[in-house]
Amino acid sequence: MFGYEFYVDPSRCIGCQACVNACAECETHRGTPMIHVDYLDRANTIATVPFVCMHCDDPACAKVCPADAIKKTEDGVVQSSLKPRCIACSNCVLACPFGIPKMMTELEQMMKCDMCYDRTSAGKRPMCATVCPSQALAYVPREEMEKNRREKPVNVFHFGRQRVATKVFMMAPAQENEILIDVVDYIWEGKA
Amino acid sequence: MARTPLPVETLIDQYGPHLNYLPPGGWRDESRNPAEKLVKTHCCFCGQQCGIQLKVRGNQVIGFEPWEEFPFNRGMLCPKGVKRYLQSNHPDRLLDPLLRTENGFRAATWEEALDFTARRLREVQERHGKDAVAVFGGASLTTEKSYLLGKFARVALGTRHIDYNGRLCMVSAGVAYKLAFGVDRSPNPWSDIPKAQVLLIAGSNVAECAPITTDYVWRCRDNGGKLIVIDPRMTPITRNADLYLPVRPGMDVVLLMSLLHVILRDGLEDREFIGKYTSGFEAVAESVKQYDPKRAADMTGVPPEAIEKAAHWFGEADRAVALHARGIEHHSKGVENCSAIINLCLATGNIGREGAGCMMITGQGNGQGGREHGQKCDQLPGQRMINDAEGRAHVAKVWGIAPEEIPQAGYTAQEIMNAVHRGEIKALLSICFNPLVSLPNADFTREALEKLEFFGVVDFFLSETAHHADVVLAGSLQEEDEGVVANVEGRVLHIQKAVDPPGNARMDWTIYCDLARRLGKEKFFSYHASREIFDELREASRGGHADYYGITYEKIDRQMGVFWPCPSLDHPGTPRLFEDRKSLHDDGKFRFLLTPYRESGDPLDRDFPIYLTTGRVVSQYLSGTQTRRIGALVDQYPEPRVEIHPRLAEQHGITDGDWTVITTRRAEIVLRAMVVRTIRPDTVFIPYHWGGAKSANKLTHRTLDPRSKIPEFKVSACRIGKAANAPEWAGQKPAKGS
Repeated sequence: MFGYEFYVDPSRCIGCQACVNACAECETHRGTPMIHVDYLDRANTIATVPFVCMHCDDPACAKVCPADAIKKTEDGVVQSSLKPRCIACSNCVLACPFGIPKMMTELEQMMKCDMCYDRTSAGKRPMCATVCPSQALAYVPREEMEKNRREKPVNVFHFGRQRVATKVFMMAPAQENEILIDVVDYIWEGKA
Repeated sequence: MARTPLPVETLIDQYGPHLNYLPPGGWRDESRNPAEKLVKTHCCFCGQQCGIQLKVRGNQVIGFEPWEEFPFNRGMLCPKGVKRYLQSNHPDRLLDPLLRTENGFRAATWEEALDFTARRLREVQERHGKDAVAVFGGASLTTEKSYLLGKFARVALGTRHIDYNGRLCMVSAGVAYKLAFGVDRSPNPWSDIPKAQVLLIAGSNVAECAPITTDYVWRCRDNGGKLIVIDPRMTPITRNADLYLPVRPGMDVVLLMSLLHVILRDGLEDREFIGKYTSGFEAVAESVKQYDPKRAADMTGVPPEAIEKAAHWFGEADRAVALHARGIEHHSKGVENCSAIINLCLATGNIGREGAGCMMITGQGNGQGGREHGQKCDQLPGQRMINDAEGRAHVAKVWGIAPEEIPQAGYTAQEIMNAVHRGEIKALLSICFNPLVSLPNADFTREALEKLEFFGVVDFFLSETAHHADVVLAGSLQEEDEGVVANVEGRVLHIQKAVDPPGNARMDWTIYCDLARRLGKEKFFSYHASREIFDELREASRGGHADYYGITYEKIDRQMGVFWPCPSLDHPGTPRLFEDRKSLHDDGKFRFLLTPYRESGDPLDRDFPIYLTTGRVVSQYLSGTQTRRIGALVDQYPEPRVEIHPRLAEQHGITDGDWTVITTRRAEIVLRAMVVRTIRPDTVFIPYHWGGAKSANKLTHRTLDPRSKIPEFKVSACRIGKAANAPEWAGQKPAKGS
C-alpha cells in the first residue's frame, strides 16, 4: 500500500498470538503461520516479542542461497523461497541475522513472512498488523507513526561491523538513529 | 434424576470437546474458492464485541476478514476472534434435539422434545408450585434473547427464579454503579482512555481478557499518560506500567481507601465538585482516616511509597481514568471494592468529562446488554427494578398482562443452585450457561444437578453441565441469528445473521416461543423474527434508564453502533454519561459510599496458608464450551497450570513443570506447576476454563457478596505440595475432530 510502512514495537507486545493465528489465515499459505511470538524468559518476565521478516535491503538469506530461490520484489519485499528452486539446505535459516526463515521439513521448503504480499499488493494491510490488539505490529503511514508514538522508527541495525538496512522499522528510544546489537559496534578497534 | 446417563468419558468421546482445526473442506479447497459474501458483524466472545467480517459460502462460515472501518477495534482482534469462525461447522455441533435414555442420549424430533420438556415443566409446577422451576440464562445471548428469556420465565412459566451467568461476571460493579450513579453502565466511551493523564487499572488482566483495550492503554501512554496497575500478578499489561502495586488478594479495598487517605490528607481532592455534585463525602473521608499508607502497606503488601506516589499521580491529574474488572469484582466485598474506585473518582472530580471517569470492563459478549432487559432476577427491561411499581405497570402493559402477574425478585444464580441442592427447586431450564465449570465448588454443583427432577438445556455443543440433562434442545450459534448486543461501552451493536442453523438446530428464540405455546401462553410469544422481539423490547425499555426506544437495526448500521440511553428516533445516543454533572438518582447527586474492609469468606489459616486466585488465559473464553473445541486455541494453552513464585515453589521442592497438588477446604486437584517470578509469593493462580479434574472451580468457595451475590472467585485459601503421581488425565489430549 502506497505510503504505508511496517513497524515493530516489541515493548507493546502482549504475547497473545493473534498475529500468528491471523498469519495462518492468509490465503497463500492458509493453515501455516509464517511468523512467531516468543517469551523472552517466562520464568522471569511476561515480556514477549513478535518476529516478522524485516525485509532487508540486501537480504543475507538470498545471498547465501545456493539455489537462487529467494527473490526480492521491486518494492523491497523479500519473498518466501520458490518451491521449484528451494533445496531445503537451511543456509538461509543460519544466515538471517534476525532468525526469521523457518525450514518446513514436511514441505522441504523454507517459508517465511512475505509481508502478506497478496494483501499489500492489492491495497490491504498485512493480516498480523491489522489484527494486532496492542499494535506492536503496525502497518500505517509514516506520518501517523511519527505523530503518535514516543519511540522513533529505525531501520538500520549493526551486528558487529555488519550493517543491515531493512524495509521494516523497529521502534527505538527517541534518541537512537540506528540499533547497535554487538559490543563490537560500541568499541574502538582502531580504524576499520 | 439428572445423573449423567453414561460415564463422562464416554459422553466426551461422543460429543467432544473435539478439536476443530480446519475450515469446511480443508485449507486447500478454501484457498481456491472465494467467499460468496462478507458479513459485517461482531465477534461472539468477550464484551469488547470487536467488529469482524465473516466469510460465508454455501451457508457455511469459512473464514474471516478484519473489519477496519468499525471504529471500536479498527480491524484489531485477539486470537479468539481470529479463530472464532472454527466453531461453525464443528463436528461436535448438536444438529438435533437429544433425549436422555438409559444408554446415553438419542436424537429426537422437535415435536417429541418440546412436548416432553413442556410436560415435565408443567408436572413439576403442578406438584411443587410455580417457583419449583428455575431458568438460567447467559450473557452471550443477544439482547433479544435475554429479553425474551426474562419474559418467558415470568409470563410463560410464572416463576420468580430467573438469573444468568453474568452473576459470575461483574454484578458487583453493576450494583456499585447503580448505588453511586443510579445507573449500571460504564459512564465513558473507550475513546476517553487515551485522553487520560493517569490511568489506574485495578484487577484487570486487560491484555488477556480484553486484548484490544491494550491499544487504548498504550495510546494513553503514547500521549504521555502514566499507567498504574494494581494486581497480585504481573500480567502482560504490567510490562509498561509506570507504577505496579502488587496487592495481596482480598486487600484491594484497603489499598483504594489508602489512596483516598493520601489524596485527602494532602488536599488533592476537588472540593468544588464534591460540594456541588455529591453526597456522603464526610462519612467516607472519616472512614479512610485509619488507612494511612504504613498501615495499608502492612495489610496489602504494597510499599507505602508506592501508595503515596499512586495517590499523588491520580489526585494531581486533571484527567484520570480508573479501569477495573473481575480482579476487584469477584469478591465477597466486590461492591465495596468498586465503590472505593468510584469514591476515588468522585473525590477528584473525575466524572462525566472527556478523559476522566471510572469504567468497568464488562467481560461477557453481551455482558452489558444481557443484563439490561430482564434476565436478572431483580430487574425488568430498561434496567427497571422489579419491585418498582411504575416499572412493573409499564412492562406489564407492554406484555399485555396485569402488573401483579409479574413475579417479584427471585434467587440469584448461585442461590438457585443452592436451592436445587436443598431440594427447593426441582426443575431447571438452562441456556448459554455451563455452571458445572463456572460456578464455585464444582462438586457441590454436580451434586445439585444430580438432584434435579427435570433438567432441560438449550445449547449448540454438549457442555459438561448438559451431560446431566434430560433433554438438550439444539440451539443456535451467534452467527446463526440476528439481534443486538451492547458492548463494554454501552454501545448497542447489530449482530448479523451470517448462516442458518445447520441440520435440525434452531434459532433459540423459536424454541422459547414453541415452549410457550405448549405452556398455553402462545398469545404472548407470537414472533416471526428477532426484529419483532427487538421492537417490543424498545417499547418495554422506553423511559427506563437503559432506554432503547430510539435505536433501530438500521440506525445501528448507519452510526456503527448507538450508545444507550437513546430515548427517541432522532436522538443520536449517549456516548458519555453525566456530562451535566448529574447522576440518575432523584436528587441528581453522585453518592459516596462507605467501603468497610472485611475478611474473605475463605480465610487463610495454618492448614491453608496460601491465597488461591483464578482467572483467564488469552486463548480461552469462560467455561470453554466453544474455545476448548478450537484446535489452534487449545494448542496455545492446552491445559491449566498453577502459577507459583520460585520462593514458594522452593519451600515445597517444586520445580517448573512438576505435578503439584492444590488443596482447599473443598477439594484438591493436580496440575503442572509454572514457576514464575510474575506472581506474589503468597499467592498461586489457576485459570478456570476447564471442567472435571482440571477444574479450578472444584477449589473455590460459595461465599457471596451480600448485595450483588457475586461469588468470591479471586480469594480462596489453599495449600500446595508436590504430587506423588501424575493425574489420570496426564498425556491425554482432546481428539481431533477434523
